[in-house]
Amino acid sequence: MQNASPKPDCVYQLEQIKARLLLRAGLISSIRQYFDASGFTEVETPVRIKAPAPEEFIEAPQSGEMFLRASPELQMKLMLAAGFEKIYQIGACFREGEFGRKHRPEFTMLEWYHSGANYNDLLDFTAGMLRHLAMFAAGSSSFSYQGQVIDFAAEPEIITVREAFLRFAGVTPEAAMDADQFDELMVTKIEPRLGQGHPTFLKDYPASRSALARLKRDDHTVAERWELYLSGVEIANAYSELIDPAEQEARFKEAASARMRGGCRPYPPPVEFLQAINAGMPESSGCALGIDRLIMIFTDADDIAQVKMPLA
Amino acid sequence: MRVWEMILRNFRNQVICLKKRYNDIYYKALIFLTLNNGDIPMFSASDLKKGLKVQVDGEPWAITEFEFCKPGKGTSLYRCKLKNMITGSTIDRTYRPTDKLDKPDLEEKEMYYSYAEGDFYVFSDAETFEEMHVSAKMLGRDKYFLIENSLCKMLLFNGVPIEITLPTFIEKVIADTEPGARGDTATNVLKTAKIDNGYEIQVPLFINTGDLVRIDTRTGLYAERVSKA
Repeated sequence: MQNASPKPDCVYQLEQIKARLLLRAGLISSIRQYFDASGFTEVETPVRIKAPAPEEFIEAPQSGEMFLRASPELQMKLMLAAGFEKIYQIGACFREGEFGRKHRPEFTMLEWYHSGANYNDLLDFTAGMLRHLAMFAAGSSSFSYQGQVIDFAAEPEIITVREAFLRFAGVTPEAAMDADQFDELMVTKIEPRLGQGHPTFLKDYPASRSALARLKRDDHTVAERWELYLSGVEIANAYSELIDPAEQEARFKEAASARMRGGCRPYPPPVEFLQAINAGMPESSGCALGIDRLIMIFTDADDIAQVKMPLA
Repeated sequence: MRVWEMILRNFRNQVICLKKRYNDIYYKALIFLTLNNGDIPMFSASDLKKGLKVQVDGEPWAITEFEFCKPGKGTSLYRCKLKNMITGSTIDRTYRPTDKLDKPDLEEKEMYYSYAEGDFYVFSDAETFEEMHVSAKMLGRDKYFLIENSLCKMLLFNGVPIEITLPTFIEKVIADTEPGARGDTATNVLKTAKIDNGYEIQVPLFINTGDLVRIDTRTGLYAERVSKA
């Protein structure tokens, strides 16, 4: 072995992150345990799909005549329509142009749907899963990320988008949207303050920022949607699903025209999904959780590169 | 709005109405138009990264920190910390995918240091021998480390020098210091010494007046003894 050829970079990098990847495998099997024990069925839906859900800022890569999924949402909802009640899936999703410390154009998503549940039920279920994972990763319900303790046994912080804007940015969400500064304030002023010391659920988003969520029963200006934050990192997005066909079609049209105005590639309409929602979709809630980011938290990594195999 | 952008927008509006099977042609045309925008060099937000140099409000800035952000269901945001390449001041800026930034007109030249003239220091271009005057203020501490005919790197913005990088190590004779303690070779105990132009430097005790020492121009600190007096 005196003149062995040098290893390719990716092998060297894999050696560096091997311990984290082993812990990742353990965490994922622990997630499956939690879902299986709660009566969920693991499913697989197509990765290559005919029509992505039209959303203004999400680009599904084209793959021949079709697309790589940006999320399995529409396909999993077709399963709900077929009578599957509690389903989850772990798999790769794709979003063009997203690359950074917390982003990869290919990433792993955990997505689940629960017929009959609302977004508050999902919140309790998710907080329970975090406690379960903390026990697995650290043997206790509190856990240190980048030198900061997150206590998963503590009551999670639940704060509305309105409260968060008023408290951390000093403006109402409406004023932020009027000034076209909603996302900027969210990233610079609000997100860094969330999930510090305990999980934070940021809930009740402005209706216009939730294309597939149902509006809150007693307040139609907001949607029944929450996002989970740990240490300032956005981990999961959930909502009570919109099942009103007319409303859904109107929102898709709006999103499609916003995409057109922004110069985004047009998607074909998601015909089967719209037919299914017309035929009747059960009341349900669903959540999408970024597995890579969750693993970052539980392996104390500050870059997704430390928990995911490099491109090869 | 520049003309090509208007043409592009117009073109886009027309094409967007066409059927899906024309998508491919549309995107190829878009790329062609974008790549052929050679007249005004610009960066789009997705080009931004750590170390890139951009022009903001007419001044050159270097990106010292960069983060790609995308709040749930929101737009991509490119967060940058920018350092002004002339004044050294820093600012935070956040850009969106549609934002464009000017490319600064920066040029790096190899220059020989020639001579001092009043408050200015004169460098000459290694290729054309053209002379450039640099102020003492811009050089700061580096003015003590100039050696005649040493090759330096000069960074110019719009043709005006904004930064000089000297050779990393230069050699200077110690002009004045307390006599060294005989046989004391410890390097962790230091004393003050002066070089020919009066710059004070901390050196080990064994250094004597007349010794030749090496100085690190990045830190301004003593590096090692080259030869004894």
